[in-house]
Order: sequence, then structure tokens, then C-alpha cells
Amino acid sequence: MTTLTDPPKEQFRLSMLLYDTRYRSATIQVIALIGFMLLAAWIISNTMQNLAALGKPVEFGFFAEPASYDINQRLIDYTSRDTHLRAAFVGLLNTLVVAVLGCVTATILGVVIGVARLSHNWIVARIMTVYVEMFRNVPVLLWIVFIMAILIETLPAPRAFRGENPEASMMLGDTVAITNRGVYIPEPLFSNTLGDIHLFGDSSLRFNVSLDLMAILVVLGIGIWVSRWIKRRADRIQEQTGDRPVTWWQRTAVIVVPMAILLYLLGFHLGYPELKGFNFKGGTHLRNSLIALWLALSLYTAAFIAEIVRAGILAIPKGQTEAAAALGLRPRRIMRLVILPQALRVIIPPLISNYLNLTKNSSLAIAVGYMDITGTLGGITMNQTGRELECVLLLMLVYLSISLLISAIMNWYNESVKLKER
Amino acid sequence: MSDIGFVRTEMLPEQAPPASEVGIIGWMRHNLFDGWFNSALTLLSVYFVYKVLAALVPWILSPTWDAGSLAECREILAGLGREGHYAGACWGVINERWIQLIFGFYPAELYWRPIAAFILLGVALAPVLFSDKVPAKLLVFSALYPFIFPWLLWGGTIWGPISALLGFVIGWLVYSAVDKAMSNLVGIIAGTLAAVIWWLVLSGYFVGAMDTIAAIGIEPVESRKFGGFMLSITIGVVAIACSLPLGIVLALGRQSDLMIVKYLCVGFIEFIRGVPLITLLFVASTLLNIFLPPGTDFDIILRVLIMVTLFASAYMAEVIRGGLAALPRGQYEGADSLGLNYWQSQRLIIMPQALKISIPGIVSTFIGVFKDTTLVSIIGLLDPLGLSNAIRADANWNGIVWELYGFIALLFFAFCFGMSRYSMYLERKLHTGHR
Repeated sequence: MTTLTDPPKEQFRLSMLLYDTRYRSATIQVIALIGFMLLAAWIISNTMQNLAALGKPVEFGFFAEPASYDINQRLIDYTSRDTHLRAAFVGLLNTLVVAVLGCVTATILGVVIGVARLSHNWIVARIMTVYVEMFRNVPVLLWIVFIMAILIETLPAPRAFRGENPEASMMLGDTVAITNRGVYIPEPLFSNTLGDIHLFGDSSLRFNVSLDLMAILVVLGIGIWVSRWIKRRADRIQEQTGDRPVTWWQRTAVIVVPMAILLYLLGFHLGYPELKGFNFKGGTHLRNSLIALWLALSLYTAAFIAEIVRAGILAIPKGQTEAAAALGLRPRRIMRLVILPQALRVIIPPLISNYLNLTKNSSLAIAVGYMDITGTLGGITMNQTGRELECVLLLMLVYLSISLLISAIMNWYNESVKLKER
Repeated sequence: MSDIGFVRTEMLPEQAPPASEVGIIGWMRHNLFDGWFNSALTLLSVYFVYKVLAALVPWILSPTWDAGSLAECREILAGLGREGHYAGACWGVINERWIQLIFGFYPAELYWRPIAAFILLGVALAPVLFSDKVPAKLLVFSALYPFIFPWLLWGGTIWGPISALLGFVIGWLVYSAVDKAMSNLVGIIAGTLAAVIWWLVLSGYFVGAMDTIAAIGIEPVESRKFGGFMLSITIGVVAIACSLPLGIVLALGRQSDLMIVKYLCVGFIEFIRGVPLITLLFVASTLLNIFLPPGTDFDIILRVLIMVTLFASAYMAEVIRGGLAALPRGQYEGADSLGLNYWQSQRLIIMPQALKISIPGIVSTFIGVFKDTTLVSIIGLLDPLGLSNAIRADANWNGIVWELYGFIALLFFAFCFGMSRYSMYLERKLHTGHR
């Protein structure tokens, strides 16, 4: 039975704001908004009063002043005469370097460990369990300072490499020197270099883009594209005739040969580190602080990623493995072709949050003196200029943007590998 | 018709399986040496484990427990014919400083207070964590415990915590009176306002007045004497306890249909989750006093507690949101169809179930926050890591590294591993009936 009657025309009364569900939600929201704005206004007015009393009005002019401190590990040119803004920029790049390096190694390690934890090999599975529990249950800051201590205390000093019968020697055919001041690795050099493009002129954000690197990337990209085209062609032929042409040598050649020619033309060679005086010269110097931070973050996050990978693999029903085995696939191909692609969908969302955690944990660089954005903007710049409000807020803003950027990229990737269902 | 030569009339006895398939050999064949790849892995792993143990065990087993300095340790080891930098651990530092690593600079004659506080913490948590074995009446104690805990640790007059408790009582009384007389919404607002007014304005007079009438109290301890694991546990426990109600409110806000409330909550949660804890600790150490009315100056531990609580509440909100989302839709609809209003249905139907589902998540948030408390050493508080630097500054122990880090790591490991096992046990227990 349905009887529709017009609701009686009511006069709006003030009490309806409280008792009528139609208006009550609006009332609550307005009250919440007013409360929030009052709180914000209260905080801002307090801040203004306090800052006025301290004689430090909010302004960002200090960014143009010379920083006058050194940053030893950096990607772009920087001297102590550069501005605070430049220092913050160097720090930001350092943060990104360690975050990217950390994410890559943590993922590789984590996947290997997660799969190994499920191994039938009893002793391997146990070792991996011990690894995961050991790293997960001890604070990451402790791991960072611990690994830093290992690097400083146990590795040989540069002078141990000197003399007729040195106590320590360089590794990999005298190309890599591992010392307690850091690791020296060969650096790529070009004798017929194409030069750099200088972006942003002379400003604090100036940035040199190496044309050599660009050329290498372009050639590599074209090579990979051609290689994929050959693969698609082979797929087509296989579908039509049933025979798959042998393509591995073509696919390797289109990547390797142009690259070799390009490197030859650019005069590519490696600059090796050499012991000169009391220290190594030449090569790329990875400082202990970077290595300790990178290793600790990777090992720590790998333990979490291993658990995620394990859970993802265990989430795939056993029937999938059995069906693949019934098709005659070998265990390793079952893992690669059947289990992992499905497990990936379970794995990726928590993986994203672990990447975010790693990036945020990279702010602990300050404990070992790696000059990331926390060390420059939130560390020395803040202490030198006394601009706590501006520095800390800007620091938060930077991390917030990095976090949002990573989650946007990873969510986009997640969408693209997600099971397309209707 | 041919004769059938032989028909067996009884069964053959069962034969034992081949020796290579059973017992220890069979187990090894199946689990360690199944194929060349696994055999190689096994041998490599055994070698690796042997190497690690061969390096660590002699180092750990070093009779230096009573040594008074690093030099003395070296002498003892040299007397045993063990030379070199890594001849053995110097456990004397742990023997001398373990109390400091646990209690910081808390006055020695008052150690019973943190010990009592943490034992009582166990009592207060028991009815929540082991709800099937402990009588529910203990929950009354759990509700009172948040006021006992700071009093035991910081000391001072007993009227402080009582007045804080009174704030809640007054808020509740005002709420119920107004709720009956007018509406629920007005009740909540009036109750909160009454409590806030009590805390901010009236409680100071109350404490002062009661103190002159009956000065009951214990010796106060300054915040800067807090340190070591006591500090870590205090920060962790307070942050989690305070962030639970905040997290519930934020999670409900994020789930609600009210757009402005929802966006305020989402903004707060995503902001906190997007920045590292260390920046929030910078806020605590440099900015928080600037945000508050001029002249406010409260101590650094309290400021850190506030920021860590805000940090934990954002993560807690996400955990509880997960619990809310895991509840079947029918529970919400069932509550609606019974005619319960929003708060009634939350209190009687949704929250009991959602919180129960989220306990494992809450425990892992707690583990995370507990581990993150080591960050306070960066802003100069004396947590175990900060203390280890202070200990190394002592001339006797200059050069000690591994023993201190190992001891700290071991204690953290024991705590976190224990809690994660508990959370796994809970997960198994709660899992029954869901699939």
C-alpha cells in the first residue's frame, strides 16, 4: 500500500536546526567549520604575537643569503658561497637519490627474501625468517647508526692501502676501493663529450643536464623500442605459422650495437680511483653516510616487503599452482608466469605505503650526517638563520609533496596492472 | 583345465619404507638436498651460519662482566691470550649502566614508581587484551589507569589527576542533563565546553584549594630526568592511549556523510601521514611554544608527547577505518532498523565489533610508534640511543660501540617481537568464523 501525501508545509523554526535531521547535518558542519576556523585563527594570532615579540616576522628573504656551510655528498655543483635555497635544492636531490636507491634495492631484496621464506629448503626458510624478524623488530634509526658504526669501525682506513705490502687492497681489479671514509667506484668519463645544457642560468636552481647522458638514454630507448617491435613481429609469425623465429640475437644486437658505437664515438672510459697522499682521488666517492643510510633503509624495508610478498603469494589459491603444474610447467615458471602476476595485485598497494615509509624514514639521514633536505633546510639552515617556522613548514611541505607524488605515481601503476573486471 | 599352481592365502607383511625416505635422512632429502640447486643453497647457508656464529659466539662469550672500563676489559682479554680489536665484548659497560639505560636519570630511590606504573599497566590492559580470561569488572581500573599513570611517573599532588578526572565527570554530567532536557547534539557541545572550561579555568583553583586543605602527594620528578627505555615506553603508551579516542573520532569523521567534517578529517590524516615524524618532532622542539599564547612554556617531553600523539592518531584513524570498513553493511543497517541514533548505534553495535577487528592493527601501530620513539634522541632527549652517546662520552667507556647497540637492539627486539606474536595470536583467534 502506498499513499503519497505531500508533507505538510511547515514553518521553519529555529529548533529544527537541532531536531530535524534535514538541517541538523548542516548545523553540525557549520559548528565544526567555525570551531576549526577559531582554532586556526587562535594559533595564527598566537604565532604572530610570539614572532613579533621575538622580532622575527615571517619572510623568506633568508633563502637568498649565502649558506656558508659545506655539503660533501652532492649531485650538482655547490659551494659554501651559494644560497640557502641552493643548499635546500641539493638536499632535496640527496633525499630523492637515497629514496630511489633504497626503494630499488629494498624491492629486489624483499622479493628474493619473501620468496625464499616460502622455500621448501628448511634452512633457507629459517634464515630468512630470522632476517625478517631481526630487522622488523628493531628501530630503523638503530640500524642506521649501527651500520654506520660497522662502516667506520671495521673497514680499512685509506692509509692501509699504502706501502709495499698494504693491509688492504682494492677490489675488482683495482677499480673499487672500500675504505672507512666511504666507497670509491669508477666514474664514467667521455673524452669527446657533447657538453652540458645549463638550465636556469645563474640562479640558485641552476641545473646542468649532460648531453652525453641524454644521447645514451635516447639510443637506449630506441633500442628497446626496436627490440619490442621484433618481439611483436615474432609473436605475429608464431600465431600465423606456429613457428617462432629465433630472435634473441637480433633483440640483443639492436640494443647493444648502437650503444657500443655511441659510447665509442663519445670516447667513453672509466676514471678509476687512485690513492694519492692520504686519500683516494678520482672516481665517484660514495660517503659512508650515504651508504649506511641506503643499506639500513633497504635492509629494514626489505623485511617488510618480504612479508608483503609472502602474504601476496600465499593469498593465491593452491589450485592455481596445481593447475599450472598439471599443464606441465616447471616450479620456477609457475612462480614467474602464474603466481607472481596474480600476487602482484595483492602486493602493490601495501608496497606503495612501504615506499612512502622509506622516503619518510630517509629523513633520519640527520643521525649520520648525510645532507638530505632535513639536514640542510631543517638542520643547518634552520639553526643558522633561526627561521624555525619557515624552515619546518617548508620541510613538511616538501615531504608532503614527495609523498603525494609517489602515491599518485604508484596508484596510477596499480590501476594499470589491476585485474580488469566488469 | 589347468591347475592353479599357487594362491596366496595371507597378506604379505607391510615392508618398512626405504631408509632414504623416512626418519632424519628422509627429512633431509626432502627438505635440504632435493635437487642440485637446493643442495648448493643448503651448503651455502650452513657455511654462512657457521661463519656468523664463529665470529659472534666467541665475541659474546667474553668474561668481562665485572670490568670497570674499556682498558680493563682489554687487559682481561689480553690475559686470556685474546688480542686484537674484536677479541671479545666488553660487558662491563652493560653491567655498570643497564639501570641507566632503563630508567635514565630517574632518582634511584623512586624506581619503584615506574616499576609499579608498568606493572599496573599490565593489570589495566589485561581485561582488554585477554578478554576471555580476565573478569570484565577490571575495566573500571583500566578507565582510572590513565590518571594513575602520569601521577606515578611525574609525582606531585594527587589533586592534579583527580581534577583531570573530575573534568570528565563534569562533562558527562552536563552532557546527560542537557541531553535529557534538550537534544543530543547540544548535549555533546555543552558537555565538551563544560569539561574544557573546568580544565582550563577552574581546575587550577580547585587543585590549589585542595592542596591547602589536604596536601596529599608524592615527590615530583622533573621531566628532564626521564630517559632510557622508561621514556620510550612512556611516550609509546601515552601516545597510543591518547591517540585511540582521537583516532576513533577521526575515523568516524572520515567515514561520515558530513562533507566539511569529512574533509577536515581527511586533510588532517593525510597531512600527518605524509610528513616524517622527525618534522613533527622539530615542531615539538621549536614551534609548539610559538603556536601557543605568549608566555606558555611547558617542558619538552610534554610537547613531544603531544606531537607523537597527533602522529599516532592519524595512523590509528586509518586502522580503525579499516575495522569499520570490514564490518558487513548489514550491521549498520540493522542498527538503523532498530531505531538507534548515530551515537547509540556506534556505541552499542559498530564500535565494539570494529575495535575488536582492529586490535591487531592497533598493536602493530603501537609497535611502530614504540620503535619510532628512538627518534626523540635526534632532538636531544635521552632515550636509549641518546643515552648510548652520553655513555660513550664517559672516559671509561670511550670507544664502546657494539655492546651498547646490541643491548638496546635486544631489548627493543624482545618488546616488539613479543607484541607482534601477541597480535598474530589475536589475528588467529579473531579469524575463526570469518571464513
